[in-house]
Amino acid sequence: MQITSIDDLQKAKGVGLAQLYPDKPKILVGMATCGLAAGAQKVYDFLSKKAQDAHWGGVVEKTGCIGFCYKEPLVDAILPGQPRVTYEQVTPEIAGALWEELAAGKIPEKQVMARIDVDDMILNGGPRKFYKGKLKGFLAKTPRYEDLDFFKLQRHIAMRNCGFIDPDNLLHYIARGGYFALYNALTAMTPDEVIAAVTTAGLRGRGGGGFPTGVKWASCRKAKGWPKYVLCNADEGDPGAYMDRSLIEGDPHSILEGMLIGAYAIGSSEGYIYVRAEYPLAVKTLQRAIFAAREAGLLGQNILGTGFSFDIKLNLGGGAFVCGESTALMASIEGKPGEPRAKYVHTVDKGLWDRPSNLNNVETWANVPVIIAKGADWYRDTGTEGSKGTKIFSLVGQVKNVGLVEVPMGVSIKDLVMEVGGGVPENREFKAIQIGGPSGGCIPKEHWGLPIDFDSLWDAGAIMGSGGMIVMDNSTCMVDVAKFFLDFLIDESCGKCIPCRLGLKRMREILEEFSAGKGSLEDLEELQSLSEAVKDGSLCALGGSAPNPVLTTLRYFRDEYEAHILQGKCPAAVCKDLITYSINPELCNGCTACVNECPQGAITGTKKEPHTLNASLCIKCGACFEVCKFGAVAVA
Amino acid sequence: MSVTFKALENILEHYPPSSEHLISALQDVQAKFNYLPPEAMTAVCDHLGVPLSRGWAVATFYKAFSLEPKGEHDVAVCLGTACHVRGAANVYEKFRRDLGIAGPEGTTRDLKFSLRQVRCLGCCSMAPVAQVDEEIHGNLSQRKAGHLLRMYRKR
Ligand SMILES: Cc1cc2nc3c(=O)[nH]c(=O)nc-3n(C[C@H](O)[C@H](O)[C@H](O)COP(=O)(O)O)c2cc1C
Ligand code: SF4
Ligand code: SF4
Ligand code: FES
Ligand code: FES
Repeated sequence: MQITSIDDLQKAKGVGLAQLYPDKPKILVGMATCGLAAGAQKVYDFLSKKAQDAHWGGVVEKTGCIGFCYKEPLVDAILPGQPRVTYEQVTPEIAGALWEELAAGKIPEKQVMARIDVDDMILNGGPRKFYKGKLKGFLAKTPRYEDLDFFKLQRHIAMRNCGFIDPDNLLHYIARGGYFALYNALTAMTPDEVIAAVTTAGLRGRGGGGFPTGVKWASCRKAKGWPKYVLCNADEGDPGAYMDRSLIEGDPHSILEGMLIGAYAIGSSEGYIYVRAEYPLAVKTLQRAIFAAREAGLLGQNILGTGFSFDIKLNLGGGAFVCGESTALMASIEGKPGEPRAKYVHTVDKGLWDRPSNLNNVETWANVPVIIAKGADWYRDTGTEGSKGTKIFSLVGQVKNVGLVEVPMGVSIKDLVMEVGGGVPENREFKAIQIGGPSGGCIPKEHWGLPIDFDSLWDAGAIMGSGGMIVMDNSTCMVDVAKFFLDFLIDESCGKCIPCRLGLKRMREILEEFSAGKGSLEDLEELQSLSEAVKDGSLCALGGSAPNPVLTTLRYFRDEYEAHILQGKCPAAVCKDLITYSINPELCNGCTACVNECPQGAITGTKKEPHTLNASLCIKCGACFEVCKFGAVAVA
Repeated sequence: MSVTFKALENILEHYPPSSEHLISALQDVQAKFNYLPPEAMTAVCDHLGVPLSRGWAVATFYKAFSLEPKGEHDVAVCLGTACHVRGAANVYEKFRRDLGIAGPEGTTRDLKFSLRQVRCLGCCSMAPVAQVDEEIHGNLSQRKAGHLLRMYRKR
């Protein structure tokens, strides 16, 4: 379908709406990476086949990640005139049971998780209620999304379409108000007005630094040189985060539309998306979206008949963390090794191929159409003084409800962990939350009242980063975590500058001593001053922020460092040199489970009698601890 | 798969002779042969008109490239932060022990398995996680890791 005018766009919206909410039953299967990993493909194949074989009058469709990753595979059923009902942990067997009832026109009760009464469709003329009148039976008792602890504090703005549309269907995107903001910007606003709106909205970069987006655009617009490039950073290097991936897999056109609006504002006709090759589904989804937009005329020449032209190329990253850094990313697109360069020349003046270039993160771009469609004031309503809007986090680690959450800026860490996340698993205790990935830090319980926004996290020694939130409990050792991030960063340092290349290695050596119970309090001081030196002396922000995980653990968990150094103890029982495994004869009933797992033959004994563990053979692999169902293996 | 002129030709014909396509072309070679054979590297660099030294510089810089043939099954174990705090390090060691791999990463002698580390597979809700070929396996323990290898060994 060609979409070259506002009439075409309106028509496309009508067709899309009819597909989105047809007058017939619909089944949705969550098929982003998290869903697929949990087995969604089998469920989808099963349901599609059933529907086909039965000549069912309804549709079976795929959709993106709505955030409840810990409940995957998720299946939704929408019967005409009924609320949308979500089912959790749907295996093919359960899908079979669901199918029987749905095929008979009934709403199944088994595995029900929640219902949605209203699709708020923020960009398209407001809420759309799924049913009229009162609900009866189990449906009346089924919680709504907004009643669930996991959802209560959330607000989906960037994720507005995730879990509602088929990401490969351009018309679905348009049906929910997509590409109207672009039309609006192109026909009713000057580039300067677009920039002013983004500036007034207070949008700050979601890729880590929190730089004001409007200010960056304005400098790139002013910069001399041609052509100008508009780039999207989908490298997502934080090793415990997957927000950008989910956005791409769930709603790729929101990113394309954001880039189109940015390109108009800046005066660019060429764009690039730099995406990790390790994200095969995200890559494919982007390829299809770009293709569809091009076919429709929404990318290319004379878009929507306005004379504005823009196209996007996709560039696959080779898997280097440093390539997420703006100058390294541009070097990589040019086909070179991704080494950063000093930033005294700004990339908005001389970036890709030495031309003015504007780089923004995936989530930043996805917010742009909302600002144009709803206005800067509407957008400013959410968030805190200095940080407007929402932020998506991947809330992971030792927390019950693991998933993607989009919350207004300013929510406290405590609410995020305890309310949204449901707290840490049983018998554990919350210890810290790691925010900002390898450039961020660990924030302890004493500070969990902190509102999450760019500035308060900075004051606490962490950074907002791209949105990884890893919850740690008392089984996590802070010295080990510091080592973990250093290992990562040493591996990923491009090696161009000395403070980063050698400083990090020396820091690692000191930590290694600590985790072996060696070292002294003077070494702690050396670690501290070395951290400061690396921070100040590194060429790019990789080195510049690399000491953050070390510095924050030193600041908040000094006692844990001291336990290693002074008492030769690892309180969390993680550091191998400081722990021993043993079997408690009182609890061991001689089931021999551990004997079979031990790679060393270190455990011996007679069946049904307490066993013994020979510590001199033990390599502390932890396999026995893991398999013993009776808690008889002790580690200390 | 042996490196034939035809196979390389099929890849190179997609790329105009310009240095910006170096990484993309090498990615295609990697996808086709599972590693970067030296003769393929020479052909790519010749075609794009970049010095061979630049080709190897790029190949060694990016993790996505392997300079040695890979095993039949690709075992990628996630050592991302979420997996780390849920015990991925011990699981990784288990894979290493069972496969008899001396270094941090590597390929078994019989070319049956390659073991490598990755960071965040995007399913932290199932941490610790490993991806074998295209399939993701979650909530791993050492015992499950052992099962997994036995299963793939039979395939
Ligand atoms: C080592 C390093 C890695 C980075 N990785 C990413 C990344 O994966 N994704 C991202 O969007 N920004 C990343 N950044 C930040 C980018 O350099 C850049 O600031 C950002 O993409 C700009 O977009 P924004 O203003 O919309 O946030 C990284 C920075 C550094 C120093
Ligand atoms: S920790 Fe590992 S090596 Fe030591 S006794 Fe247990 S299973 Fe054996
Ligand atoms: S698994 Fe536990 S109970 Fe069984 S033999 Fe080992 S230590 Fe004893
Ligand atoms: S090596 Fe890149 S900042 Fe030092
Ligand atoms: S950290 Fe392992 S899947 Fe995310």
